[in-house]
Amino acid sequence: MTAIFERVKTALGPEMAGPGLAFVAVVLVFGLASPQFLSAATFGSVAFQLPELGLLTLAMLLPILTGGLNLAITFTANIAGLTVAWVLRENGGVDAGVGIFIVGSLLALMVGAASGVVMGLVIAFTRAHPILVSLSMMIFLRGLGEFLTRGGDISGFPAFMGPIGHGSIAGIPVPLIVFIVCVLGWHVLLGRTKLGFNTYMIGSNLEATRYSGINTRKAIVLVYTLSGVMCAIAGIIMLARFNSVRIGHGESYLLITVLACFLGGVNPFGGFGRVIPVFVALVVLQLLSSGLNLIGANQHLATAVWGILLVGVMILRWVASKIRISIIRKGS
Amino acid sequence: MRSLIRTHATEFSLLAVIIVISTVLSFATANFFSLGNAFDLLNISAVNIIFAVGLLVVLIAGGIDISFAVAASVVQYCTATALGWIGGGGWVSGLLIAGSLGVLLGCVNAFLIHRFRIISIVATISTFNIYFGLLMFFTRGVSIYDLPDWLTDRVILFEHEMPDGTWIEITLPVLVMVICVIATWMLITRTTVGRQLYAFGDNPEGARRFGINIGAMQFIAFGWLGLMAGIGGLIQAHYAQEVVPNALYGRELDVLAAVVLGGARLGGGKGSVLGCVLGVLLISITQNGLNLMGVSPFAFKMIVGAIILVAITLSNTRIERLLPFVGQKGGGR
Amino acid sequence: MHQATSATVGEKPLLSLRNINMTFGGVKALKNVSFEVRPGEVHCLAGENGCGKSTLIKVVTGVYRPADGAVIEYDGETYAHMSPVTAQDRGIKVIWQDLALFPEMSVAENIAFHEVVGRRPRLVDYGRMQRIATDALGRLGVSLDVDLPLKEYAIAQRQIVAIARALVGEAKLVFMDEPTASLTQSETDHLLDIVRNLSASGVAVVFVSHRLAEVLEISSRITVLRDGALVGVFPAAGMTQSRITELMTGKTFDQHVRARPKDDQPVVLDVRGLTRPGQFEDISLTVRRGETVGITGLLGAGRTELALALFGMLKPASGRISIEGKEVRFTSNRDAIKAGVAYLSEDRLSLGLIQPQSIADNLVIASLRKILSGGLLSDDRKRGLVSRWIADLGVRIGRQADAISTLSGGNQQRVAIAKWLATDPKILILDCPTVGVDVGARAGIFDIVAKLAESGLAIILISDEVPEVYFNADRVLHMAQGRIVGSYDPRQARLEDIEAAVYA
Repeated sequence: MTAIFERVKTALGPEMAGPGLAFVAVVLVFGLASPQFLSAATFGSVAFQLPELGLLTLAMLLPILTGGLNLAITFTANIAGLTVAWVLRENGGVDAGVGIFIVGSLLALMVGAASGVVMGLVIAFTRAHPILVSLSMMIFLRGLGEFLTRGGDISGFPAFMGPIGHGSIAGIPVPLIVFIVCVLGWHVLLGRTKLGFNTYMIGSNLEATRYSGINTRKAIVLVYTLSGVMCAIAGIIMLARFNSVRIGHGESYLLITVLACFLGGVNPFGGFGRVIPVFVALVVLQLLSSGLNLIGANQHLATAVWGILLVGVMILRWVASKIRISIIRKGS
Repeated sequence: MRSLIRTHATEFSLLAVIIVISTVLSFATANFFSLGNAFDLLNISAVNIIFAVGLLVVLIAGGIDISFAVAASVVQYCTATALGWIGGGGWVSGLLIAGSLGVLLGCVNAFLIHRFRIISIVATISTFNIYFGLLMFFTRGVSIYDLPDWLTDRVILFEHEMPDGTWIEITLPVLVMVICVIATWMLITRTTVGRQLYAFGDNPEGARRFGINIGAMQFIAFGWLGLMAGIGGLIQAHYAQEVVPNALYGRELDVLAAVVLGGARLGGGKGSVLGCVLGVLLISITQNGLNLMGVSPFAFKMIVGAIILVAITLSNTRIERLLPFVGQKGGGR
Repeated sequence: MHQATSATVGEKPLLSLRNINMTFGGVKALKNVSFEVRPGEVHCLAGENGCGKSTLIKVVTGVYRPADGAVIEYDGETYAHMSPVTAQDRGIKVIWQDLALFPEMSVAENIAFHEVVGRRPRLVDYGRMQRIATDALGRLGVSLDVDLPLKEYAIAQRQIVAIARALVGEAKLVFMDEPTASLTQSETDHLLDIVRNLSASGVAVVFVSHRLAEVLEISSRITVLRDGALVGVFPAAGMTQSRITELMTGKTFDQHVRARPKDDQPVVLDVRGLTRPGQFEDISLTVRRGETVGITGLLGAGRTELALALFGMLKPASGRISIEGKEVRFTSNRDAIKAGVAYLSEDRLSLGLIQPQSIADNLVIASLRKILSGGLLSDDRKRGLVSRWIADLGVRIGRQADAISTLSGGNQQRVAIAKWLATDPKILILDCPTVGVDVGARAGIFDIVAKLAESGLAIILISDEVPEVYFNADRVLHMAQGRIVGSYDPRQARLEDIEAAVYA
């Protein structure tokens, strides 16, 4: 029994404490404050809101683990969405078939990957700071998107796309299924593949990793490429959910994804962080905003509370480290 | 001279690029190469330069701040409201209120970073969300158009009609910008505190062994950025003649890109006021030139992004590869 | 109380520490230590890594505050603790092991940095700083462009800048923490001359170095620390290196030449005329199965560059490398690893191991394919592989998931060796494997090396400490200025002769 417990503990890692605690606190506080909180409706709304932010957070997670950042995620997602929209519009608009949509989606994934490949190559070969590279990519993509859409919305998609954004299979929203599949994919990628292993090592010390015979450039390019692909998946889901594309969609998610990663115990300098605690952190953020919604506050207050939550968790981590030191001191 | 180029490589390359772009633009468009347009550029860039020199100080001290632009929005809103309470006020009271509010918001960051050992990017992403969320919550996103007259009236300090019919104007934002630039330059190059900021950003442990007060460094750096954000916020309200709560949202990343283009380093210890100003100007000049050339405003943002991407790529390879005489002296291993 | 007749014994100490206790996160770094320095003497502080030398220096200079009850008497005044500014003002200067310089700032600012701390008015006087810097460098007989940023200079010149910084103002007591670690012999000699001059002019110098020969040459008294406690204070006259080692470790060592003839074994590595201009020229050498070839020479002799070329990380301009008779060309170290070459970096902290990551991950990083199962990494296989190597090399660890940085230098180095052995190498290049490893743990590392050679591994052992290669290699090659200039058989050559040739 203890062996299983130990195993679960090592699988989740020390990163779980922060988001776990926050989860319990949020459920308790809102559960007591509002009788409707612990209801199917809350979880329904969380289930529909979680995927967009969640997919983008997954896209942010990989670069952060390598000690970088991808500030271009939201615009990469929208450019990918735009690609689908363009393919659909060129091929019948509302009357386009499922085949066209699939072609469009594949093209969108390639566009997302391309954005990642460019950033990855620049970062890997010039050693420019990822914040700057992705920041300029972000400005470029934003400009490109605004240029292509003239700042407006593109809408008018085939009816079969509705269910991708709003439908459910066996009571589980489709976007959530996509998201959970992606979470599991990332979990396996980071925990069980060579690329995942190398991602952590590069995040802690790129040169030492290179000296150990790892192709660090390839790994970095792959990390940003996968990040771009994940953005594209998010873009397609967003397209289906809003039934339109606008280059500014989800812009406010950008820094929230970073916040979610940090809340999930990811080390800001890279090298440490796991998918499941980040997933829990995302659930906590959505529960918070649903809970605040229930007691009459809006999304803006929720944003502020998210910020306060992150500060709170960081302060608790600081307190915990102080206590640990004083325990060691007494013990000796 | 060679040593000057060597120690100021970024500034010289930026200047060279600006000269090249300006030359091309003055041939491509009729209006670019005029003093009137040059002063227009300064007017347009004033607020960004004020933000940029503030951010520069934080970057030099080894930190980063994501929250300053929304902090400036908070300052704008609070100052406008406070001015309403005190019955109008004037530039002095306006700047005082805005400046102190800005310093206060900056010190919140410094407090979190220093007291609880939270890394600056984590702390300021938190405060970014807190400031912005609370601002939008309390204002419900409603803008203020009813500002005191002194704040919305254009203040032209100097104007002169050129022979070609264009006007040279120096407006208040430019004056404030110049004062902020000079003050920041004084702070980081002429005072011992400024040199301590550089040293702290360059080698924090080394600075600690010299007995430099680490906490003071954080409060000075983030406080200074807060001050600049406050002043910049008020000037932006003056320039736009309105206070829109989300007007500055997203500005933080544009300013960050410009400052780093100007040679400041994420990680600390490096950066100059001149480079920082040139970085902002390079972006403004490109936008302005493309605008005059009749390029769609939607397209030129894209071009600016591409230029920054290329510039950053080149600036990271340049030091080692493009200027062969810049390198390590002596034998190393 | 009547004083003894000897003048030095009766002299009042410049610095006297008593009851110094220091605790970090529950670990006692200094236990009731006392320490004394007389005016103008060169005093050596000796001890293994982590014995408390650096902590003691930080207490004297006010970076750390000792526990209550501490007494610090300096130059006629008594303090409960120092502050960095007071220490600086009262003439206590330090040259830190990591130099604590500011690479982006100018040489002048680095040397005259105290002008920037605690000066009033709070304005910078660059002219004054330039004068101070030029003057301080002049006293060392060096001239550098003081306006250039420090990063433009190589490590030896940075060392000079750090020394110049310590000499600014009125220095009475100068601490030098491993000042020769990154210097060549001639630079070291120059430094030792500077130390003698300082001492002659009445400045006391506290010298910390792991090179015991230097210590004996320069100092008059030696204070030995072990595990944060004082072992004793000894006059340098009549001391030997082995006696100091015994005092530092509490153990006795005897060394013997391990060399054995390996001429009957097949050649594993054959290098012919390998050249990379400016780094190494015309290098030819062979290493046989089970043979350990030692390469020694001063820093900058091209040893590490040669090793990196053999490991595929530097491209040679000409010459060829053959492994087991087949010529090889490497485009990256991945090719080299596939061909059976392993390279243990001299810089364990930043290149050899990934310090924040776990022991297990550091051990398997170079041989990930061995723990794959169905295309995915298997935790069970990883645990098995790690346990086996940990047991094989006798590494003392807590849990496999602990960060490698929690291990001692010796245990870290064992993990680093295991990491490469797990790749099944034919040739193992060990670049300064005892850097940052306690004297007491070094013998253990060399026992492992001997065992590996016995099992048939071809080993290249690089070290700037001639005795290490003399006692542990079958053949010793001497490299200088990128060339192999001498070859010795330890069973015939005398250690003194090789040392004389290398350090000449």
